[in-house]
Amino acid sequence: MIGAIAIGVAGGIVAGMLGVGGGVLFVPGLVIFLNLSQHQAEATSLLAIIPVAIVGTYKQDRYGNVRRGDALLLGLLSLGGAAGGVALANALSGRVLRDAFAALILIVAAQFVRRGLARPA
Amino acid sequence: MAIGTAAGLFSGLFGVGGGSVIVPLLVLWLGYDERSATATSLAAIVFIAAFAAGTQGLYGNVHVLDALLVGVPAVGGVLFGTWLQQRVDNRSLSLLFAAVLVASAVELVLR
Repeated sequence: MIGAIAIGVAGGIVAGMLGVGGGVLFVPGLVIFLNLSQHQAEATSLLAIIPVAIVGTYKQDRYGNVRRGDALLLGLLSLGGAAGGVALANALSGRVLRDAFAALILIVAAQFVRRGLARPA
Repeated sequence: MAIGTAAGLFSGLFGVGGGSVIVPLLVLWLGYDERSATATSLAAIVFIAAFAAGTQGLYGNVHVLDALLVGVPAVGGVLFGTWLQQRVDNRSLSLLFAAVLVASAVELVLR
């Protein structure tokens, strides 16, 4: 229980500071520290992301940054893809899905190395 | 349409929000500035994550209690992180974050 809360707080702080979603940290945290399977961690991460995204949207909307029509359209258009993605994830073995996820976070890591080495604007 | 489908697939497959797909595409294809892209992507993610989590729920993969224990404190973390962002050097943090991701990737593959 404390492990889960720690993952949430740590993931949230980094997400807020770097402008990334929490999922890229929630998933490995849930697998490594709470011993969930890759499938369970991804599913649980999706639910955990919702409160973060709602609060983030609310704050950004007050600054007038959210283009509501586009967001709604984008959200609705993505539902088919999301269903397909979930079906695909569940068709893959945990091993394959985990290795693919590891590759994904290496790509994200490379983006942040580039950002970290960039000269300040 | 293409952005939505790609983002949804990505989110459903990997259990992440999909922002890392949506934000660059909104900037590149639709001429969004970074700030509006991030904000609009967050709003879209609410729908995507809710739908994908519901679908995963049908497969019996969602641990609801763990999700709440992670997701609710994360809100506080994000608010604090956003506040802190204005006050520290983000470049060293980016490198630290990258190191944590690499270590996580290694740990996942070795499991």
